[in-house]
Amino acid sequence: MKLKSNIPEGRLEAKWTKYRSTLPLVSPANKKKLDIIIVGTGLAGASAAASLAEMGYNIKSFCFQDSPRRAHSIAAQGGINAAKNYQNDGDSIYRLFYDTIKGGDYRSREANVYRLAEVSGNIIDQCVAQGVPFAREYGGTLDNRSFGGVQVSRTFYARGQTGQQLLLGAYSALSRQISKGQVKMYSKHEMLDLVVVDGKAKGIITRNLVNGKIERFSANAVVLATGGYGNVYYLSTNAMGSNTTAIWKAYKKGAAIANPCFTQIHPTCIPVSGKYQSKLTLMSESLRNDGRIWVPKKKNDSRNPNEIPEDERDYYLERRYPAFGNLVPRDIASRAAKERCDAGYGIGETGQAVYLDFRDAIKEFGEDTVRAKYGNLFDMYNKITDDDPYKTPMKIYPAVHYTMGGLWVDYNLMTTIPGLFAIGECNFSDHGANRLGASALMQGLADGYFVLPYTIGPYLSNEINSEKIDINHEAFVESEKSVKQNLSNFLTNEGTSTVESLHKKLGDIMWNYCGMARNKQGLLKALEEIKNLKKEYKEQIIVPGSSKELNLELEKAWRVEDFIGLGEVMINDALSREESCGGHFREEHQSEEGEALRNDDEFTFVSAWEYNGEKDPKLHKEQLNYENIKLTQRSYK
Amino acid sequence: MKRIKLNVNVWRQSSNEDVGKFVKYTLSDLNSHMSFLEMLDVLNEKLIEEGNNPISFEHDCREGICGSCSMMINGEPHGPQKATTACQLHLFNFRDGDEVYVEPWRAKPFPIIKDLVVDRSSFDRIIQSGGYVSVNTGSAPDGNAIPIPQKDAKLAFDAAACIGCGACVASCKNASASLFVSAKIAQLAILPQGNPERKSRVINMINQMEEEGFGHCTNTGNCEAQCPKEISISNIEKMNQEYIKANL
Repeated sequence: MKLKSNIPEGRLEAKWTKYRSTLPLVSPANKKKLDIIIVGTGLAGASAAASLAEMGYNIKSFCFQDSPRRAHSIAAQGGINAAKNYQNDGDSIYRLFYDTIKGGDYRSREANVYRLAEVSGNIIDQCVAQGVPFAREYGGTLDNRSFGGVQVSRTFYARGQTGQQLLLGAYSALSRQISKGQVKMYSKHEMLDLVVVDGKAKGIITRNLVNGKIERFSANAVVLATGGYGNVYYLSTNAMGSNTTAIWKAYKKGAAIANPCFTQIHPTCIPVSGKYQSKLTLMSESLRNDGRIWVPKKKNDSRNPNEIPEDERDYYLERRYPAFGNLVPRDIASRAAKERCDAGYGIGETGQAVYLDFRDAIKEFGEDTVRAKYGNLFDMYNKITDDDPYKTPMKIYPAVHYTMGGLWVDYNLMTTIPGLFAIGECNFSDHGANRLGASALMQGLADGYFVLPYTIGPYLSNEINSEKIDINHEAFVESEKSVKQNLSNFLTNEGTSTVESLHKKLGDIMWNYCGMARNKQGLLKALEEIKNLKKEYKEQIIVPGSSKELNLELEKAWRVEDFIGLGEVMINDALSREESCGGHFREEHQSEEGEALRNDDEFTFVSAWEYNGEKDPKLHKEQLNYENIKLTQRSYK
Repeated sequence: MKRIKLNVNVWRQSSNEDVGKFVKYTLSDLNSHMSFLEMLDVLNEKLIEEGNNPISFEHDCREGICGSCSMMINGEPHGPQKATTACQLHLFNFRDGDEVYVEPWRAKPFPIIKDLVVDRSSFDRIIQSGGYVSVNTGSAPDGNAIPIPQKDAKLAFDAAACIGCGACVASCKNASASLFVSAKIAQLAILPQGNPERKSRVINMINQMEEEGFGHCTNTGNCEAQCPKEISISNIEKMNQEYIKANL
């Protein structure tokens, strides 16, 4: 396997413009003859499907939900970054680029991130034109707010529902193309295999989730936009259906997975309340603009928080990081919360929580102002916990939220399988070892609206002459056979453990040993445990029902099987990266003050893992070259 | 935290052709902080372990925003709590020993697939008939080129907050989709971006709504009362005004 990043030559600022202007085009007459499969209809998938359809390609779009509008991008709360400098606070493309590289702890590609910052402004324009109701100032111009890890206000938002509004914008563009017949939409279809012919991605096998029919689809290129794999931890802020199956099948067919252990643990989520817990709910990072995070100075302090006087509170983020205070990046805020709780200062019934307090903001700005900014988030908190955050501080704790890792892609967003592209959260490309807040929406839409529609051109311009693949080709037949066999194995297994119970077991392994803090000993133990779990899963699961109907347990069964496989690769990745960077904190590599210690001399590379059958996955390295930014130890003090 | 017992009567129906019925399940020792859907998870685990088929129900984000969950709980879409989706309803809203009835959305344009799962693709087809602004990628002017009064942006947002769950239809005695359709029409009628296609949009979307078999609005207002996102019925008034203007 060769990792060729295909980054264009030239100055950083000129790379994208020049490349975009010189890459091969496909003529309008030929676009009509080319089919593209796009799996996933979140921000990346829907925007790519709409844009490519507008250009004249024939699109087949797939989602497992009952409507493309339900993809999990919908749940993003806080906002979307763009280097517009509307606030006149010194923002620029370069500054957004720099913040993103630094926030990612120097483990992402300069050229990709610069391109992301460059197109960020266009995204806002596009969304406004679609009728996305962003927040506005009295004068009618767009409003901004600030987010963690930066010192400018560049985040555009629509109350606490920015993801919803952006996704509905992309969904409306997609719907328009569906009505024109340029996109054929397949809802309730899940991809269960990638079909590769002569080394190129040529199609997919899907299951119609309503009637169980296994179907074959061929195309000239396949684009995966299937989101993150945070549910490998069982509990996360991801939707219940978010899964790794599509990228896992691609991995097994030869697509490398890059930096899989880079996981973002979001600092402000509602804490776990019991064993029955099915998912965790995020409280937007924007709350950290006005909320102050603290724990009591006394261990196991069970007093009502409102009765704890000011000088007995430890505002530990403000204390440790005076320059950024409560707005440090997510990885740092999460680890600091864990540190306090592990040291015995945690609050609530479990001791696994800290306070996020709006008392001072309400005193300064009034309850109405706070309500206008965060009302829907406060209501949500109240519904879930039965506590009133206007009167008593919120309780929060970190939770798995986003996966920076994903399929390895080159500058064109193409994976190591020619003709297979990956966009949005399911690729590894732009966030390094830690993503900044409000950058996921930016990347998803950048990839879908403004990058892939161009960068897919060079591949497709060579596809015009290649023969159309018939779905009766033996590669399709083989692939379908193995999919059917796998499903039938699940259904005929005579075990006693539910899929859910083994998924929880996987989650415990991943969270305990490959979560917020990792060490060699724990990771080796995890590797052993996950191998046992794999065996147990094969022998012990019980899946009711048949393959010819809506069968939610069967869906879970294949998803969890793939999560277990991916978990193993993540642990291998975490073991091999002997440094702490971003979301990857190896306890062996920290400063005396407990800050992460990177090892730039040995680890300034992307880890790309190749499937190796039953043997351990094979590591390939893509060296990261920093020509414009000097690597420094990240400091938010 | 309390421990409670519930008698949960769930509508079971294996397919659209099947005749469904309520099946009663008794669940004791439930943690009151559990969500309603987590209670169904617990029940499903039990059913599978006992060799029975679990209850099929739609759910995904479990944060009240994706619009997947869709069930009548004691005769109300998404249950008794105001402005709350089923996934955000927690058991502290119920009393120990309560009898609970859970049913699918009932409306002809939402055929039942299985148990509590219905087919809502009619909503997608209504949006496809005109719920968009025809603007190609790359052709947009600067985001600040058209100032929009804050008041209008807020109004447009309030309408755009619809999650497309279908509770309005389920709550309506006519199975009208007017609240859903009008929310999109109002959002795009308030904003200047929606102006050029204003007339064709309202006509096409209303035609599609009728074609799908949704009933007419008779202003009973249950949709607004039951909407988990509190979409205002004034949007329907706006839609009707738009429709009349478009036909002048």
